[in-house]
Amino acid sequence: MGTDALHHLTAAYALDTLDSVERREYEAHLARCERCRAELASLSEAAAALAYGVEAPPPPPQLRERILDRARAERANVVPLRPRWALPAAAMAVAAVAAAIALAIWASSLSNKVDRLQASSAKQEQIAAILAAPGAQYVGNRGSVLVVTRSGLGALVVRELGPARKGLVYEAWVADHGKPKPAGTFQSKGLLTIVPLKQAVPKGATVLVTREKRRVDSPTTTPFIRVST
Amino acid sequence: MGKTVSSMLRAFAHLSDEAVVALVARSDHDALAELYDRFGRVAYGLALRVLRDESLAEDAVQEAFLQAWRSADKFMPERAKAGTWLLTLVHRRAVDLVRREERRRGEPLEAAGEHAGDGPVDEQAWLRYQRERVQAALRRLPDQQREALELAYYGGFSQSELAERLGQPVGTIKSRMFSGLARLRELLEEPTEGERTWEPTPSTT
Repeated sequence: MGTDALHHLTAAYALDTLDSVERREYEAHLARCERCRAELASLSEAAAALAYGVEAPPPPPQLRERILDRARAERANVVPLRPRWALPAAAMAVAAVAAAIALAIWASSLSNKVDRLQASSAKQEQIAAILAAPGAQYVGNRGSVLVVTRSGLGALVVRELGPARKGLVYEAWVADHGKPKPAGTFQSKGLLTIVPLKQAVPKGATVLVTREKRRVDSPTTTPFIRVST
Repeated sequence: MGKTVSSMLRAFAHLSDEAVVALVARSDHDALAELYDRFGRVAYGLALRVLRDESLAEDAVQEAFLQAWRSADKFMPERAKAGTWLLTLVHRRAVDLVRREERRRGEPLEAAGEHAGDGPVDEQAWLRYQRERVQAALRRLPDQQREALELAYYGGFSQSELAERLGQPVGTIKSRMFSGLARLRELLEEPTEGERTWEPTPSTT
């Protein structure tokens, strides 16, 4: 879809009338277009006002409790940058691997669905391919699990990574006998952050994560995650 | 936007909606409860309007609030009011569910007024005021724009479904939605009748 056409989708997006493919295209455009972001902010407010246009019966009282119970059951949504791991490292690694495997199964099941365009972006497919690859190696260290396929494609799964401080990004590195090579920047994704690595992970290499002001070519801070194959 | 008298009596009363969301981002359960008390009813009303099924509406509201719980740290107060952000999450969930369920939508909801008088009096009054304000603004839109907005927002139809249903090209639907929403925004910014009564009556002579 051309840029002009995308500019004109703002109202359609604010009203949620786009299908999932159009929605993603528009969101990608939004990330680059300040004009559309400003317009969306203003049109969304008018759209949300429509919510007040209907007669609203009170929700069932148990709904409130259910929401609060579920929220309590979920882990805190923001954790300190240096999490206190309550479980022994090995147990955490097992839990993270289990989570990664569950995710891999979920992700690979997507490819069978007719609407897989809707459910999976190219990045998710890449992640799914790595996590579900036969013979992939899973190694863990504290809350992090590194998954490496036989061909050396890697993905890092980090559990409960707090959001990077304002103005900072996380950057992954692959270190193998020498200077670490940049393997992509990323943001926290909540409970499980999964990062496909942009560098091959050779046998014996270590994957590192640092906090940086922007994407850089060599680390400027001490890695706070290290997982070795 | 979602403040009521009874919510003002509680500990969070002095906080703006945006400040409540900031506390939610710090995993404060009481703040989440407060957010629900401010917006739960309008959220449920919206979800019910789109989904026409009580248990699906509950699901949509629950998922939206849990999504708010998880992603409150990404809320940007300079971008949107907290109410807009939250109701956008609710609407998105409801629309996703209604499309998955392929339920029939868009027809007027029967017996909508049955329970509208339940709940705290201040909340009722607030919601009624808001409802009348929004409905009055909708009535002032050209018919085609109003129809496009109502089917889109309350019906949960995609723009191509709307085009088919209204027998118009997608481009026409897009422009009706845009003009309608832009006009609605202007109308909602105008002072309401009550706020205008102080104005001098123009002389007719």
